Amino acid sequence: MNPDHILSVRDLKTRFLMDEGTAKAVDGVSFDVSPGQVVGIVGESGCGKSVTIKSILGIVQKPGEVVGGEILFRQRGNGAAAAEMVDLAKLDGRGKEMRAIRGSDIALIPQEPMAALSPVHTIGNQLVEAVRLHQDVSKRRAEELAIERMTEVGVPNPAERMSMYSWELSGGLRQRVMIAMALSCSPRLLIADEPTTAIDVTTQAQVLRLLRGLQQNHGMAIIFITHDLGVIAQVADYVVVMYLGRVMETGPVDDIFHNPQHPYTRALLESIPSVHALSREPLPTIEGSIPHPFNRPAGCPFAPRCVAAMPGKCDRRTPKPTQLNGGQSVSCFLHNDAAEED
Amino acid sequence: MPVDEPPETKQTLLEVNGLSKYFPIKKGVLRKILGQVRAVDDVSFAIYEGETLGLVGESGCGKTTTARCIMRAMDPTAGEIMFRKASGDMVDIAALPEREMRPLRREIQMIFQDPYGSLNPRMNILDILGESLLVIGGMTDREERSERVAELLRLVGLRPEYMQRFPHAFSGGQRQRIVIARALALNPRLVVADEPVSALDVSVQAQVLNLMLKLQQELNLTYLFVAHDLSVVKHICDRVVVMYVGKIVEVAPTQALYEKPKHPYTAALMSAVPVADPRQRAAMTPLEGDVPSPANPPSGCYFHPRCPYAVDICSQQQPALEEGAPGHFVRCHRAAELSLSGIGDLDRPQTVASASSSDAGVGPIG
Repeated sequence: MNPDHILSVRDLKTRFLMDEGTAKAVDGVSFDVSPGQVVGIVGESGCGKSVTIKSILGIVQKPGEVVGGEILFRQRGNGAAAAEMVDLAKLDGRGKEMRAIRGSDIALIPQEPMAALSPVHTIGNQLVEAVRLHQDVSKRRAEELAIERMTEVGVPNPAERMSMYSWELSGGLRQRVMIAMALSCSPRLLIADEPTTAIDVTTQAQVLRLLRGLQQNHGMAIIFITHDLGVIAQVADYVVVMYLGRVMETGPVDDIFHNPQHPYTRALLESIPSVHALSREPLPTIEGSIPHPFNRPAGCPFAPRCVAAMPGKCDRRTPKPTQLNGGQSVSCFLHNDAAEED
Repeated sequence: MPVDEPPETKQTLLEVNGLSKYFPIKKGVLRKILGQVRAVDDVSFAIYEGETLGLVGESGCGKTTTARCIMRAMDPTAGEIMFRKASGDMVDIAALPEREMRPLRREIQMIFQDPYGSLNPRMNILDILGESLLVIGGMTDREERSERVAELLRLVGLRPEYMQRFPHAFSGGQRQRIVIARALALNPRLVVADEPVSALDVSVQAQVLNLMLKLQQELNLTYLFVAHDLSVVKHICDRVVVMYVGKIVEVAPTQALYEKPKHPYTAALMSAVPVADPRQRAAMTPLEGDVPSPANPPSGCYFHPRCPYAVDICSQQQPALEEGAPGHFVRCHRAAELSLSGIGDLDRPQTVASASSSDAGVGPIG
């Protein structure tokens, strides 16, 4: 593992074994996260972005299972470099070690704050619980910390909100409370799973700005999951484009948007209606629809919908990720003939 | 293109005047009415034949309630909804009893947001599309019905062989095509589309938008397009109505609205849209605060607590919706003096225009 990285996912494979068949939800995903970096994972439904982060957090539910690969995470601590590293894929999701990391070193901002907050406990109650699970502090000190965090994320009158319930808050405030909770133990890696999908566009702008500000102040790394390319362009430093459980392309955000190399990235960028585009002109589309996970195409998963697909090649073998200049990496036979071994 | 014509020369298909829908807030055993949620409050606009009118706003602004009142899925509290029948007469559908409403239902049809919730999983496509043909269209002959269903499926780019299948066999985009086919089954003149693409993936969204544009040209449809996504609205609409807390704040032709919004809320909404270009960051100056509740709106102009341009009068007096430029209505005390910037006049970021190679078609899929 490169000493610069805080998290290194290597060839991660997560499957769902079901009666109907095996769904390869995540099929050989690799990417790295450096401290202080915002990595955006973008993809459409079924691309495996949520299962990837669930695998990192060790919360993949049955019948899902991490069946291969490594999730190397650099833990806090002063010991020798080797001792600080831990392979999260090997840990028991319910075990003591994983529970100590989850919520403390790695925190999650979920998609639906309403579903994530308990409706029968006060906000304060839940924040204090999160603090005291990971830090040996008194209840009073935990309350002070919780109010500090709420002030930091811009919740007005935080002391009053402590005794309120989640359903008494607006959607934007609920998401701020979730962010305060995620920050309560000063995580070094924050995972945001579509944190703005459930809220309105003006509130989304507030939350995105808040996250960027917090990231700069705390210097933590963020993995930001979204299907919205606009959001990715606004927050990410580095982008991972996924399709059907595989990484299509990775690279610095500017390269992904201004010099995309994979046909899927290109097609995705073209198909978003831009506020700058001319009205009422047909949009370029990607033909067909996303295949069902049980019916994954052979070879490159995007081949059946790809305009540049080479028959006899793309539909037989799976391309390997190829490093290009400037940190970009692409899995496509247009760039390299090397295929994965089966 | 209908965009260039002044609206006056076109025939009104639907005219909404002073439409209001209040929901009572009840409490206690006696269900005492404590107040009203003014979901839609004195809304007036017109839809011209053959155009697409966009209705945008954030959650709770009353856009869906307005659409449901027009469908008469809800009875409005006040106001009139004048609809031009195929015969050319105008009729107020807000006041029609259900019996007289029924023959009009075929002329106003709806496309729903969630293609997973709006198709009965236990009916096959033939039955789903044939139901309205049978019940309202009176098409009792099975053969005739299945021919019409095949025609509809071809129209929306699906294979007619699929009509025996059930909804679970289709992807989200294909389901939304089926929902569109169902809306078109009875040759409607007005189609109300409530967030028709917001539940779809980006790559599929473009297919459905193209299909809607194509069908509008072929069948001379009129759309009321309810959405929260400003880029989608810009793409498909001729004119746009912007709503905030149950009231219209601005109405304008699309180009004018995006280039030169006159209401501070519209301008804020546009600046909040994340631009898919990492080189255009930091332009975002988000609004403070949240959307107020329509049960307890602020005094004066509903937007004044969040408005960066608010002055004393804004908190005291509710501004009226006034025509600042031809066809451009705005509800703001300071509309004349403010110079707000939109986004329509910027160049499209040069992302991948040169690499364009995919067809823009909406041909058969699957």
